[in-house]
Amino acid sequence: MSDTHAQSVAFVRETQIPPSDPPSSQTGAVKWMHENLFSSWFYGLLTLLSLYVIYVVLAGFLPWLFNGVWQASSIRECREVLDGATGGCFAVLTERWNQLLFGIAYPQDSYWRPLLAFVLLFIAAAPVLFAMLPRQMLLFTAIYPFLAFWLIWGGTILWPLLALAGFIVGYVVFGRLVKQSFAYGFFGAIVAAMITWWIGGFIVPAIAPEQTLLSAVPSRDMGGFMLNMILGTVCVSLSLPIGIVLALGRQSSMPIIKWICVVYIEFIRGVPLITLLFVASVVLAYFFPPGSNLDLVLRVIIMITMFSSAYIAEVIRGGLAALPRGQYEAADSLGLDYPQAMRLIVLPQALKISIPGIVNVAVGLFKDTTLVSVISMFDLVGAIRGPILAATEWNGVYWELWLFAALLFFIVCYGISQYSQWLERQLATDHR
Amino acid sequence: MNKSVVFGALTVAGLAAGAAAAGTLDDVKARGKLNCGVSTGLVGFAAPDASGEWKGFDVAVCRAVAAAVLDDPSAVEFVPTTGKTRFTALASGEIDMLARNTTWTFSRDVDLKFEFVGVNYYDGQGFMIPKELGVSSAKELDGATVCIQTGTTTELNLADFFRANNISYEPVPIETNAEAQQQYLAGACDVYTTDASGLAATRATFENPGDHIVLPEIVSKEPLGPLVRHGDNEWGDIVRWTLNALISAEELGVTSTNVAGLGEKANPETPEINRLLGTEGNLGEMLGLDADWAKRAIAVEGNYGEIFEKNIGESTPIGLARGLNGQWKNGGLLYSPPFR
Repeated sequence: MSDTHAQSVAFVRETQIPPSDPPSSQTGAVKWMHENLFSSWFYGLLTLLSLYVIYVVLAGFLPWLFNGVWQASSIRECREVLDGATGGCFAVLTERWNQLLFGIAYPQDSYWRPLLAFVLLFIAAAPVLFAMLPRQMLLFTAIYPFLAFWLIWGGTILWPLLALAGFIVGYVVFGRLVKQSFAYGFFGAIVAAMITWWIGGFIVPAIAPEQTLLSAVPSRDMGGFMLNMILGTVCVSLSLPIGIVLALGRQSSMPIIKWICVVYIEFIRGVPLITLLFVASVVLAYFFPPGSNLDLVLRVIIMITMFSSAYIAEVIRGGLAALPRGQYEAADSLGLDYPQAMRLIVLPQALKISIPGIVNVAVGLFKDTTLVSVISMFDLVGAIRGPILAATEWNGVYWELWLFAALLFFIVCYGISQYSQWLERQLATDHR
Repeated sequence: MNKSVVFGALTVAGLAAGAAAAGTLDDVKARGKLNCGVSTGLVGFAAPDASGEWKGFDVAVCRAVAAAVLDDPSAVEFVPTTGKTRFTALASGEIDMLARNTTWTFSRDVDLKFEFVGVNYYDGQGFMIPKELGVSSAKELDGATVCIQTGTTTELNLADFFRANNISYEPVPIETNAEAQQQYLAGACDVYTTDASGLAATRATFENPGDHIVLPEIVSKEPLGPLVRHGDNEWGDIVRWTLNALISAEELGVTSTNVAGLGEKANPETPEINRLLGTEGNLGEMLGLDADWAKRAIAVEGNYGEIFEKNIGESTPIGLARGLNGQWKNGGLLYSPPFR
């Protein structure tokens, strides 16, 4: 066969043709653009239209951003410097930088204190957020709330120490009594902690020194983004355990506990947060005897925590409901009692399912902390809306301030969201 | 039975609050600080500066009272209040006095049980329009679109004014002053209406204030003044006469620069100044203060006229003319009862 055409064929290739590059229309950027941007005349038109819109937006925004004035003492001076050209008046950010971050009244020579507390927050939160870190770091996490309180509020260190002592006594008592029964240990611990605080309440004022290492800062002086961070961190970390307890309580077979939890959750979820804040700031003032006033920030923290723990309880109840009945029964058949079954089998799975929902509530809660501006607290939004925009120098500067506020919140919320996605991947044990 | 317990608790709380309110002057002296309710921020009237120190026309009243009572104009705890929280803050005793551009009305005075001690600014609702509209009177505004803050008395006043003049308008409801500025500049409405002082402050922030005019018509009475709780007349007297001292000082020509000299010793030619500054008579003692109370109040930021000029007057960007807020001798409404 092979020699039949040996003479009739002029040329026979004996080696394979080296593969040539695909045609330029089928490769690289051209192919990508053809497939994604100009696959038909209609999509091509849309692409051109979108490009034009992007151009228009950037043509307005970029000169405004890069041509901005960073050094001026008032909006009028900004306009003089710009002299008709487009440009933002970012000088308001430089001049009021401290007020935006720390509020209008926090003592200037003490700014390092909340800053230090902020840095330490990462160290304290790290072992909770990342399981691969050494467990000994949790010890610092346990101390952190008291340390941060002392740093930010100042005053005598004895109060945070007393609070810490109450928890330690409670923990010790719990460890002693829990062997007999969980309820025994739980309530014994609460009683022991209460007694410690009650006795300490008499001792501390008697021995507290006049001069303290850190000067005391009243709650009224807290403000700026610092206040949002304080409220957000404290309320999220408090509402998570309370929410778990409420969710379990709602599923309890004991009618009183169940109905207390149901009524609480349904009541709180049926009331707007702003109503609770108004109650905290104005209505409560009528009920306290004059002179003995509960701290305003504390009142707000209690209200926001109550609010968000009801939501988190419902999210976790969703996680509990998603577990197959067999998991509960398996725990029972192993002979585990209720706390053990919950701690070892049910909650780890339920919480994993609930992560997106919990993060959703946490992000929402963090943004909701700006609502305190309506009860005349100068958080980031309150400080912008009130003092800064009302200053004769800066009245009329809106975009710069609100974009800055949006940027700060975006950084934090995006960070939370990214962490939760990472955590979900870490905990993924199924085969989806 | 449950109900009666709740009401009982409420009554006790109310009584306790009333009892505490009885001696505000003693409370303030014991505390060493005056708790003064101010706005969370209103251009020219109350706002903290870059270093966090409160400045403004209403703030000056607080400082004058603190100087008169405590001999220290900085011994003031400024409690920022919103339009919603201001009255509860005062009624609950959280603040000793409220100086927050609050309109003196019948129901606030009588029904809410407050005592307005005077008027420190006579305001009224006005209209601002772009110059290019070529309108010179509010009565020519037939068919105009009007930006107006919802839920305020300005909304009702506007409706009254247009109905009385038998002309029509189209309201554009907005929530805050900041929003109003944007809407107005964007041309969403022809007219912006709010208190005249607010209009002036808003206009001052525009890039070209000259392109906009405030029409001469004032369609409502908004007397703004400091107020205290009902039931403590001694304290009310102190705040009232501190304000009157500032107004009288302008009438009598006592300023922050000459108050120290005039108050050194009695000058037989000026008996009223002598009584005001305590070099003659015992007016301070009648108030429960010392003789120098008014001298200290005036020394803080000067008399009424000086405070006005420094914070909202024509030399400031806000540029308000004295108008109704001039002394009665100059055709204004400021008329302090005599110090005698």
